[in-house]
Amino acid sequence: MSNAFVATTALSGPAPEVGVTKDMVRRGLIVAPLLIAVCGVVWGMDGAYSSAYAVAIVLLNFALAATLVAVTARISLGLMMGAVLFGYLIRLGLIFLAVYLVKDASWISLPALGTAIIVTHLGLLIWEMKYVALSLAHPGLKPTRS
Amino acid sequence: MEAIARLIAVTEPVQTPDDVKAASAAASAGFAYGLAAIGPGIGIGYLVGKSVEAMARQPEAAGMVRTTMFLGIAFTEALALIGFVVFILIGL
Repeated sequence: MSNAFVATTALSGPAPEVGVTKDMVRRGLIVAPLLIAVCGVVWGMDGAYSSAYAVAIVLLNFALAATLVAVTARISLGLMMGAVLFGYLIRLGLIFLAVYLVKDASWISLPALGTAIIVTHLGLLIWEMKYVALSLAHPGLKPTRS
Repeated sequence: MEAIARLIAVTEPVQTPDDVKAASAAASAGFAYGLAAIGPGIGIGYLVGKSVEAMARQPEAAGMVRTTMFLGIAFTEALALIGFVVFILIGL
């Protein structure tokens, strides 16, 4: 496979990662009240605010990643590869900035924030993976909007 | 020499055990975050490189490849997030 071919090939058509992310955001918004309530019980009101902030960080991170892939894949595969790699660094930096800006706020609980980030990220991924794996293995069983 | 030693003693702040502990925690947190970000970076590079190769070879399977690639990126990134959480818990 020549590098020139990879650099100039663009993908057209629907962007599957946008659909995956929309699913994850929808599910994230559904389970967010439960997660906030659990963190509120364990860490108090600070934990509830922090977990809400963590859910927002994770969902925005997913949305940003999907947007980067969807936009750059329409231009070229080489650009998509670069955007994913540098996007990884940029998104880590944005997450750090988002946490750094509120680390001394009166309402923040860092253990709650960290736990909620990991639980939300991994939980939504595993939940989504179940449906994606089913859809890929049995396309006829793929749920439709109707 | 004695004057220099006295000058150093005056200008150099006294380090208490708490200061040393805080400095060690900050250094450890930096190492934890840095090392935790390197592995996923390599993993994502490898994953995306192979996915791009697969999409260029077989464009009709691009949708499936992109879906699994995106989920793979997110799973790999979870490792970096775990390192980040360790960082904020011990050093931020």
